[in-house]
Amino acid sequence: MKAFMLGWEFPPFISGGLGTACHGLTKAMGRLGIRIAFVLPKAQISDSAGTVRVLSAEGYVKSEEVGGFEHVSFHEIPSTLRPYVSATGDEGYGQGRGPFRGGHGHYVRSWHSQASGQVENYPHDMAQQVHRYTSKILEIATVEEFDIVHAHDWMTYPAGIAVAQSTGKPLIVHVHSTECDRSGQNLNQNVYDIERRGMHFADRVITVSNYTKNIIVHRYGVNPEKVKVIYNGVEHDNDGKSVFSHTQPDEMNKIVLFLGRITMQKGPEYFLMAAQKVLEKVENVKFVMAGDGDMTNRMVEFAAYLGIGHRVLFTRFLQGIDVDRAYQMADLYVMPSVSEPFGIAPLEALKHKVPVLVSKQSGIAEVLTHALKVDFWDIHQMANKIVAVLKYPVLSRMLREYGHSEMYKFRWDDAAVKVKRVYEEVLTEPAFMLGYGDS
Amino acid sequence: MPSICFYFQVHQPFRLRKYTIFDQDSDYFNEDKNAEICERVARKCYLPSNLLMLKLIRQFEGTFKIAYSVTGTLLEQLELYAPGVLASFQKLASTGCVEFLTETYHHSLSFLYSREEFVEQIRLHGQTIQRLFGQKPRIFRNTELIYNNDLASAIDQIGGFDAIMVEGADHILGYRSPDFLYRPPNAAGLKLLLKNYRLSDDIAFRFSNRDWCQWPVTSERFASWINAINGNGHVVNLFMDYETLGEHQWEDTGIFRFMERLPSEILKHPDNNFKTPSEVVAAYDAVGEFDVPYTISWADIERDLSAWRGNPMQENALHRLYALEDHVKATNDPDIIADWRRLQASDHFYYMCTKYFADGDVHKYFNHYDSPYEAYINFVTVLDDLYSRCAVRCPPRDCKILPQDEPASDIKGLKSEVKGRKPEYERLKSEV
Repeated sequence: MKAFMLGWEFPPFISGGLGTACHGLTKAMGRLGIRIAFVLPKAQISDSAGTVRVLSAEGYVKSEEVGGFEHVSFHEIPSTLRPYVSATGDEGYGQGRGPFRGGHGHYVRSWHSQASGQVENYPHDMAQQVHRYTSKILEIATVEEFDIVHAHDWMTYPAGIAVAQSTGKPLIVHVHSTECDRSGQNLNQNVYDIERRGMHFADRVITVSNYTKNIIVHRYGVNPEKVKVIYNGVEHDNDGKSVFSHTQPDEMNKIVLFLGRITMQKGPEYFLMAAQKVLEKVENVKFVMAGDGDMTNRMVEFAAYLGIGHRVLFTRFLQGIDVDRAYQMADLYVMPSVSEPFGIAPLEALKHKVPVLVSKQSGIAEVLTHALKVDFWDIHQMANKIVAVLKYPVLSRMLREYGHSEMYKFRWDDAAVKVKRVYEEVLTEPAFMLGYGDS
Repeated sequence: MPSICFYFQVHQPFRLRKYTIFDQDSDYFNEDKNAEICERVARKCYLPSNLLMLKLIRQFEGTFKIAYSVTGTLLEQLELYAPGVLASFQKLASTGCVEFLTETYHHSLSFLYSREEFVEQIRLHGQTIQRLFGQKPRIFRNTELIYNNDLASAIDQIGGFDAIMVEGADHILGYRSPDFLYRPPNAAGLKLLLKNYRLSDDIAFRFSNRDWCQWPVTSERFASWINAINGNGHVVNLFMDYETLGEHQWEDTGIFRFMERLPSEILKHPDNNFKTPSEVVAAYDAVGEFDVPYTISWADIERDLSAWRGNPMQENALHRLYALEDHVKATNDPDIIADWRRLQASDHFYYMCTKYFADGDVHKYFNHYDSPYEAYINFVTVLDDLYSRCAVRCPPRDCKILPQDEPASDIKGLKSEVKGRKPEYERLKSEV
């Protein structure tokens, strides 16, 4: 069986869970013997190399096979962007740089005509990148052989539809997040339309949680019967290299950690409001906000406004070993997301044996039992639970130990098996039986 | 023979409200919820069941008999929220065919943590039963049938009891049958009534289970199982939660119809009869020794303490609770003492159980918390407030600091366990 996979980011160049998820999933699917051609926009910066060698090709080139990815080949389309707003939030949303050339297919036009060059909430040339990705994809598709098209998140849906239409192969759309998660009620209509079109066109929709399935069904009007929930996994670092460096614990202070993009979706202001309440009851607590985003500066000001500036540390964007260090220092990890399709970060925290508190508006809250859960807006309960973890060692110990063992239940191998099952299901459907049923 | 001995456990705890560190008041209990549940269970179970029992007792003119153990915490709630139920229990008491047992007033685990409190609660419950039902209880049942040899000797020391209700646990009984009376190895004056858990659970748990090969069980068939024991047992002890009737097994399962017909089916066989626990004790001798060096209970498949003491949170919460005892009592404040006692109900610790947490099952059904962690946080937050109230009332120099976590998490429990094994040690020594 061969899959033509369309993605937008891949470690080490990631801005969120999407790249991590694609990495874990393709690796595990490779282990199942599924051959995958993975198409990416061109990586932005390229001096460091992770487990995957990112090739900086113009247009498309089949990558050499790399460790752990024996069955996966990579293609890249030059692109300069991250999918979601990150790092520098004050990036101007300028006018588009004029019309594209060489567009294939009508969906491209529809995207562009409505966007009229300006896409709110997204870096200014996002639309162009998506367009470019879509237009290049058919060239690659013609030289590749595959049974099924698998597109990850909205940026690749137009490309996925194009390939499916031109080849007649089934399309799987994999929803790692939706416009509803990212922007709440302030939807970007263009992005929403692309998502909706992709989901409706697809033969199957994979979501990372029931939480997201509900959004797909209720806000995008997708038939629940074609939606399949497949939870993400977490990498278990069994390559012998320990992630645990020796970070000195802070003897004086307890540390409560927020780690993620500082954007509306992640609920940073609720974290700070809860922090203020915690500090009414417990001294010697520091609140660390690791990450960056369009709300960073506002949050620095907000902390000062709440009178807790001296107790809140902003680390800005962390990478690699620094992420591990942040986890190791923490006495509690808090994910106050307003809407979180899955939430790999709490699993990462548990990997580092840090107790977790997650918002109920998340996919992970459905499946993780040894975690504290609150509504993101309920800062009262959030503070109450933070205090409890800091105050009662037994609680923290149980959450840490039981949660750590529970973390091992989330395996990419299991996710891969389920994805494979979805492939098989689609390929044995009457419409696709002809010629493809023998995989 | 055999005699049928029905005993129903009747209990509701005072459930806590959502209490956080930011709460300034000291109202710990969720009155609305407790009232709502009490009224609901009264409507679905207590009232119709009491009515049925009363009818059966009249119909069989004194040959149908049953026993109840009603906890103090429920009696208080009935007085508040469902006085009709209390009145109907009193009516039952006056028939002479109903026996009331005694237990720890607050359905507590005090036996495992504080002997002083244990004795006090038994006394309190006995008085309440006497006041409300005009009976002086002669039979003891401990919370959730928690039992070991030490409990027998403790009850023996208190005096005034003829027998204790015990789970007929297979791993203690071995090849022996639960359908006889036994005696503890270390308390000659007491007899033990062993629950026949197979037949009890056929009603309490399996009655409405359509996957069970015996479903649907009729009163006729159930009576035939009882008849099969004839000649091979003195008494069949059917112990179960009263809420089985109408609440755990809903009315539409046919449970009331089953109960209504059961006495006549059973009495069809001339050798069968119904007896209260005291009558059973008077009628039969103990046939052997039931030696329980380790603690057993009627809970879950393990029949041990793991439903209440199975994880560090539960141990910690219990330890903290009983560590407050001297402190609470020193205040002499009836409100503080009452709150502390209500917190002792075993239910609070059951809510913190993580045993079947992942699968979700019977534990979940009885649990109003989203998770065991919530239950723990709520409980210890309340406990901290109680502690600060004690500190206000009681001069600080007398107050020991609230014991912090880890060290020797339940010294008192361990001590009582060691004490519990002492008679066995003596016995073994004398054997040698």
